[in-house]
Amino acid sequence: MDLKDLYRDVIVDHNRNPRNFRAMPDADRHADGYNPLCGDKLTVYVKLDGDRISDVSFHGSGCAISVASASLLTESIKGRTVPEAERLFKSMHDLLTRDDVAVDLPSLGKLGALSGVREFPARVKCASLCWHTLDAALHQQDEPVKTE
Amino acid sequence: MRAAPRTALATPGTRAPLDVAAIRREFPVLAQTVRGKPLTYLDNAASSQRPQVVIDSISRYYETTHANVHRGVHTLSQQATDLFEGAREKVRRFVNARSTKEIVFVRGTTEAVNLVAQSYARPRLGPGDEILISWLEHHANIVPWQMVCEQTGATLKVIPINLAGEVDCDAFEHLLSPRTRLLALTHVSNALGTIVPVEYFVRAARARGIPVLLDGAQAVPHLKVDLQALDCDFYCFSGHKMCGPTGIGILYGREALLREMPPWQGGGDMILAVSFTRTIYNELPYKFEAGTPHIAGAIGLGAAVDYLEALGLDRIAAAEHALLDYATRQLSAIPGLRFIGTAREKAAVASFTIENIHPHDLGTILDHEGVAIRTGHHCAMPVMDFFGVPATARASFAFYNTRDEVDRLVAALQVAREMLG
Repeated sequence: MDLKDLYRDVIVDHNRNPRNFRAMPDADRHADGYNPLCGDKLTVYVKLDGDRISDVSFHGSGCAISVASASLLTESIKGRTVPEAERLFKSMHDLLTRDDVAVDLPSLGKLGALSGVREFPARVKCASLCWHTLDAALHQQDEPVKTE
Repeated sequence: MRAAPRTALATPGTRAPLDVAAIRREFPVLAQTVRGKPLTYLDNAASSQRPQVVIDSISRYYETTHANVHRGVHTLSQQATDLFEGAREKVRRFVNARSTKEIVFVRGTTEAVNLVAQSYARPRLGPGDEILISWLEHHANIVPWQMVCEQTGATLKVIPINLAGEVDCDAFEHLLSPRTRLLALTHVSNALGTIVPVEYFVRAARARGIPVLLDGAQAVPHLKVDLQALDCDFYCFSGHKMCGPTGIGILYGREALLREMPPWQGGGDMILAVSFTRTIYNELPYKFEAGTPHIAGAIGLGAAVDYLEALGLDRIAAAEHALLDYATRQLSAIPGLRFIGTAREKAAVASFTIENIHPHDLGTILDHEGVAIRTGHHCAMPVMDFFGVPATARASFAFYNTRDEVDRLVAALQVAREMLG
């Protein structure tokens, strides 16, 4: 297994230049996520138009995997409905944690760049933190999300 | 039964530097590859590795001598007891305690601190009393005191540190108050490597009648500790950071204090007589050792003490110091590298960050180069907060590490910079 499977060009790019990387004071929903193992801390913000996610952003600090994953998340769910985002969350969860489930990679678009993370068990939580945090935001959970 | 350690390289009395190549051959775990690269083990502050003599002492005990201690009159039980108590005497001699009554076997440093918190501090403290710790502490020397404060209404006070990661002596003097009931201080910082001048703190506290607990987990493996000279009241350390087994550690306590303290846990071995109306507790140190102890762990720790003594703590310290100097020079040349913790007196720990690369990514990339370091908050979140970083990368050296390994660390960091920097 090569390091380049983990740090693919897309991931390196999104880590260096994270998209939608800003706080959103007028967000309809937001939630905090925390990974105590490596100290990743991020907030995911969502603006809703009915059940459509009209805008999404994140802010915080973390390792390359967590930042790139959050950046990719924002790009992939902007404009989608809440149920669509939840289906993506499920696919990402399968992609990151299960080798017995065939995930339809093309349907994930750039998110597929995270498929190498599964081979690095210590880093799976880095990639999934933003998705759990998004889930909490969509469901208006008040407690911060923790990976531990 | 108690064979001298089978080490050819250690000749006490000679002051030649350590023969590191020969020493490395005594540590079987070091002779392996990780991900196709030679293992470069630089996570010794988390846990050291064990030489063959320690491993052998444990397997020989299980193969030939195992029985419960302090109980049977049969031969094996007596032999096991002799080995177990022999290990206690080795530890006593190693840290120069007055008596084996002052050497309590526990699971590790964490349990030792908790024992003192619950058995010494909790019955004595009340609202308005103060416990003093430093900003450098490992969570194991913070949380047990917070628990006691919750239980008793006492207050936790924290001595600040400076930007080098040294405990602020002036602030300490100001924080001492008539209500200070205990000073609990690390001897060597696990996160930064700072060697705290504990002699000064012990003197200043004890001059005011304040008892002192020292967390020696990072000190005992790397520098000579003389508890009679140090004159602290409690001293805690772990076997697994000093080439011994996990699950065994030591609480040293001044005999007069241990005598006054109630037992922490009840059960077998800690009693002289039990009836349903009254139990008479055992003598020291057994009063604090309820239940069947980690016999093999204690024996392994005894073997580790023999091993370290044969090498000589002075030579170990010299070798590690030289390695830290070299590592500091080599790491300084890496662009964007910032040392976290630059105390004048340091154990062989290099804690650092690299610009634009999260320590967790460094850890993964270095692992691919065979280099094992710790990345994260090192169970010292207040230290991370103080320096404004979520985590650091920490390379921690032992006497069996080499300059080649430092070079491999540096080369691996360059790989990380090319990949993510």
